Amino acid sequence: MFEEYLNLFIRAVFVENMALAFFLGMCTFLAISKKVQTSLGLGIAVIVVLTITVPVNNLILHNLLDEGSLAWTGIPALEVMDLRFLGLLCYIGVIAALVQILEMTLDRYVPALYNALGIFLPLITVNCAILGASLFMVERHYDFGESVVFGFGAGFGWALAIVLLAAIREKLKYSDIPAPLQGLGITFIIVGLMSLGFMSFAGVQL
Amino acid sequence: MASRDSIANTLRVSFMVCLVCAIVVSTAAVSLREAQQQNRLQFRQTNILQVAGIYEPGMDLSAAFERVERRFVEFESGNYVDMPDDYDPVRAARDPEMGRTLERDPAGIRRQPKVGEVFLVRDEADEVSRIILPVHGYGLWSTMYGFLALEPDANTVAGISFYEHGETPGLGGDIEKPRWQQLWEGKRLYDEDGEVAIRVVKGAVPEDAPNREHRVDGLTGATITSEGVSQLVRFWVGERAFGPYLDRVRKENQPDGNSDG
Amino acid sequence: MATAKLKGVLFNPIFNNNPIALQILGICSALAITTTLENTVTMCLAVIFVLTFSNFFVSLIRSHIPTNVRIIVQMTIITSLVIVVDQVLQAYAYEISRQLSVFVGLIITNCIILGRAEAYAMNNSPVASAVDGFGNALGYSIVLLFVGASRELFGSGTLAGIEILRPVAEGGWYEPNGMMLLPPSAFLLIGGFIWLLRAWKPEQIEETPFRIAPNSRPARAY
Repeated sequence: MFEEYLNLFIRAVFVENMALAFFLGMCTFLAISKKVQTSLGLGIAVIVVLTITVPVNNLILHNLLDEGSLAWTGIPALEVMDLRFLGLLCYIGVIAALVQILEMTLDRYVPALYNALGIFLPLITVNCAILGASLFMVERHYDFGESVVFGFGAGFGWALAIVLLAAIREKLKYSDIPAPLQGLGITFIIVGLMSLGFMSFAGVQL
Repeated sequence: MASRDSIANTLRVSFMVCLVCAIVVSTAAVSLREAQQQNRLQFRQTNILQVAGIYEPGMDLSAAFERVERRFVEFESGNYVDMPDDYDPVRAARDPEMGRTLERDPAGIRRQPKVGEVFLVRDEADEVSRIILPVHGYGLWSTMYGFLALEPDANTVAGISFYEHGETPGLGGDIEKPRWQQLWEGKRLYDEDGEVAIRVVKGAVPEDAPNREHRVDGLTGATITSEGVSQLVRFWVGERAFGPYLDRVRKENQPDGNSDG
Repeated sequence: MATAKLKGVLFNPIFNNNPIALQILGICSALAITTTLENTVTMCLAVIFVLTFSNFFVSLIRSHIPTNVRIIVQMTIITSLVIVVDQVLQAYAYEISRQLSVFVGLIITNCIILGRAEAYAMNNSPVASAVDGFGNALGYSIVLLFVGASRELFGSGTLAGIEILRPVAEGGWYEPNGMMLLPPSAFLLIGGFIWLLRAWKPEQIEETPFRIAPNSRPARAY
């Protein structure tokens, strides 16, 4: 059991890295990776949000949307209902709502963390890594335990990737880059090379 | 403009937006459902007919599919069992009652249903001409789903195909190329003792290898995908999956067997 | 006058203010599905449809949307449009919809769409917003088509499934560049696209954050 979870975690972090293997959350990934400090804050925020939203969406899928999952209501008409086409709407709603709730809770109870993460939290709603993780969870039929591990792993992998990129970019400031490639252009190329590097983790199984 | 941010207006606008969107989405989903199910069915039928080698572009699928019979096999005993028409082995594998978790899991599928499906293709004389087994297993990046077609002797491979996978395009992704799938034709699954002998090897099979009939060339540059295919085929024709069933078919085929058909 | 303005709204995002190359928006889906031209074209059409209509509808009800729930209202409209696209693809283009898999759903979080709804549609008339959406979607499509065409041509020697360069394995002369089909090549291609675009339009070049001063010691020493 534990081994299985560990395997899933390692896979989510390295092999199926959200940012470098599936290109999810690229917009924020490229826009907010100029400094290690800020990208670390964003990375932590993504880990927190993913660890919560993936399992919550898993519960919603299995208790409300999936075919036959409304059986607990005892109403025959509901038992055969297949509401999976509403999935996208529910997941994005959960994500938007959770991010909002998280923001308010942090503000009220952990102001220090709120100040550190505050500005990044709203950005996370439109980070495709978050919605992407929920969709992968659906596609790969994870159960509840797996979705917790997967959510955390996916977030961790994304955070790792953005911190690495920020570290490279901090050094890159001092390089002499052709003018038209300056900034965004060279960043794309670096991410491409990082992604090549991460591909060598493919096929790792514990 | 002050009333725009009032609670009443917030609620009213949210409600209206939800209502309109819900109607649009549900209308689309319900009105297109039939076409979608039709697509899914056709896609599956096409794949089965393709691996059976009787598919031609533009053919009448449902007419051609009348020659294909869907049966359910209980893995443990290898016997045919009756299941409802909408039985779905993939779904059953996840069900705690109808599936089981694999302790040893060479194919990387984690859970296996207790009852699987097979497709029997009949020729004009109504004799079984192909046995088609759905198979799946983990490769380098992804779970690969496919079909394995066998000759009526339940030992010789007639074809293999993969209809869903996420392997590296150009390397492991070549498992979907006819060029590689053709290598499987005529290979034999079991040796004389009835043990699973088929295997995908690394690189090309040497010309003078004694067990050539059990060996398939691996894909260049895709060792892990090739090994994944090897493991998944060995698992699904092995004793924990279709092994007992194929065993029974083979025994029934033997002319001196005491089976009455 | 009015048409001239609309024309600007339509064409500006294509090269002068390209959403991918300059605004850093909507990159995720640009990369993952561009392995073949067919997938790319489908994705472009889907984005053009969603972006045009989401801008139009958001703009239509912009004066009624309460500020505190506006993001969720915009998201709901976008999501509904995406679900419609997804359902239509499943019904009429099953093979493509299978290949795009989760990336159709991820159009929702394509930042171009929410970004345009928030930045343009909330302040402009429905028609102008629709044109703006269409223009931005075109700008997005240009980059995608460039990447998709290069990847398919050099990766498998075909364009939209038609053989252009006959690969060695089929008896031709072209050795397909497998890396083009792998994810990282998309980054390298977009990097190259930005390079070309900015070499052509130098005003888009970003300011160097840190300039190494010329060796000035002899002058300063005194």
